[in-house]
Amino acid sequence: MSFWEAYFWPGVLMAVISALSMVVLLVAIAFLLYGDRKVWAAVQSRRGPNVVGPFGLFQSFADLIKFVLKEPIIPSSANKGVFLLAPLVATVLALSAWAVMPVADGWVIADINVGILYIFAISSLGVYGIIMGGWASNSKYPFLGALRSAAQMVSYEVSIGFVIICVLLVVGSLNLSDIVNAQADGIGTRLGLAPSLLDWHWLALFPMFVVFFISALAETNRPPFDLPEAESELVAGFATEYSSTPFLMFFLAEYVAIVLMCALGTVLFLGGWLPPLDVAWLNWVPGVVWFLLKILFLFFLFAMVKAIVPRYRYDQLMRLGWKVFLPLSLAAVVVVAGFLQITGWAP
Amino acid sequence: MGLPGVFFYLFSAVLLASALMVVAARNPVHSVLFLILAFVNAAALFLLLGAEFLALILIVVYVGAVAVLFLFVVMMLDVDFAELRQGFLHYLPTGALIGIVILCEVLIAVGGWAIAPGELASVPVPTPPADALSNTEAIGNLLYTRYLFYFQLAGLVLLVAMIGAIVLTLRHKEGVKRQSIAAQNARTPATAIEIKKVEPGRGI
Repeated sequence: MSFWEAYFWPGVLMAVISALSMVVLLVAIAFLLYGDRKVWAAVQSRRGPNVVGPFGLFQSFADLIKFVLKEPIIPSSANKGVFLLAPLVATVLALSAWAVMPVADGWVIADINVGILYIFAISSLGVYGIIMGGWASNSKYPFLGALRSAAQMVSYEVSIGFVIICVLLVVGSLNLSDIVNAQADGIGTRLGLAPSLLDWHWLALFPMFVVFFISALAETNRPPFDLPEAESELVAGFATEYSSTPFLMFFLAEYVAIVLMCALGTVLFLGGWLPPLDVAWLNWVPGVVWFLLKILFLFFLFAMVKAIVPRYRYDQLMRLGWKVFLPLSLAAVVVVAGFLQITGWAP
Repeated sequence: MGLPGVFFYLFSAVLLASALMVVAARNPVHSVLFLILAFVNAAALFLLLGAEFLALILIVVYVGAVAVLFLFVVMMLDVDFAELRQGFLHYLPTGALIGIVILCEVLIAVGGWAIAPGELASVPVPTPPADALSNTEAIGNLLYTRYLFYFQLAGLVLLVAMIGAIVLTLRHKEGVKRQSIAAQNARTPATAIEIKKVEPGRGI
């Protein structure tokens, strides 16, 4: 096999698929952002974006053009290299985690053995963009925001890790496609029902689903845990000194990370691309549609939380992470492992 | 050499360059950032060896947690590096000695491997073939059966370190205002607010 067959053409194919999925992802995020603002506005009895395009659908694209055309301002006392590197790091890391996400059966760029570990590793690196940006701005508010986010993201990663371990114990594989396929049978089929949404992990591991959802909010700096950019205390937190395209990249990275967490919740707890009921016409719907619908459902929950729940105080945030979620998820690992061992259901 | 060889030299070159920059960078924060780059490249080398579990654990533990705390501390401290460099000649012999010892150890280990490759086959637990067992399972099998006691011992050492850190930092100062979460959660509208009917034009 020549070099071209062995490396070059597979490489080109992978690059094309990656570029295509990145474009789809970014366009999807433009509309999700619009949806986020509309939900937020509806809760507050406002109209939300409604000027640019029909129903304001092109608002995100107008924002994009506005950000890109503005002049980037770099503070004279900032550490220039790190200042510009930080938003790049944030965006690249957030996008690269999507490489292992299976959107339908076999629809995945890199179907690696340790997919879930890869996503966990990449999302644990997400803190660097914020902490570098906050430090390089050489200003008080960004620095405080960076320190807060470092402590916050490290704290909630621990409980996300234990939640993932619970799911892994049930599945017996670190491959994301295996995790989805393992949800084809579960509580429902053990009770003698046809495969349905009762088999998915959200029911069997419901407390862990809740812990995962709240930790995902904290991990992505979403309200009510948006302490790193709490505008009532820190102006805009780590992003205070950023403008124009660098700011846009931070913003984009945040939303990519949020959608990634929704997708991860879908894969771990909501059965990925599996249809909710084993009915013929539901099985004909392509898996990617179910995957998108489940992501949209979780994203809607994210948006509603942002609209409804007031911001946490910093000590409450830390208490929730270390004193509530950590013992709870640790106990869950022990309980799930013990249960699987006693019943002999361990894979 | 092939493509893996090209990537090996690429990652090793970046690893060595960033390791050098960790020592040479003037700004301590830059040093930590180069250290992170070195960690990531080491993880990439693990990946080239087919040790994907180790590679990702390296990133999760060292880059995702340990280096964040390094960065955290280095950013908060006002380190004057010019002052730190003054004792350079004083510490040079000790540092050089440690470096030479490590170099000798590496040479002996790698040398033994190069001279007698057959010795590797006679180790007590042979490496399982890569296609029979995934990385994660192989490490798990070894760690939780053969080396169980060492594993638990390592956990115990970490526990002691954790307790030590808590004992060193936990102190109860008098006169510090503290949040009592239980008291805050126990508040109800009945204990917290009082509703009064206000007549128009009267006031309370």
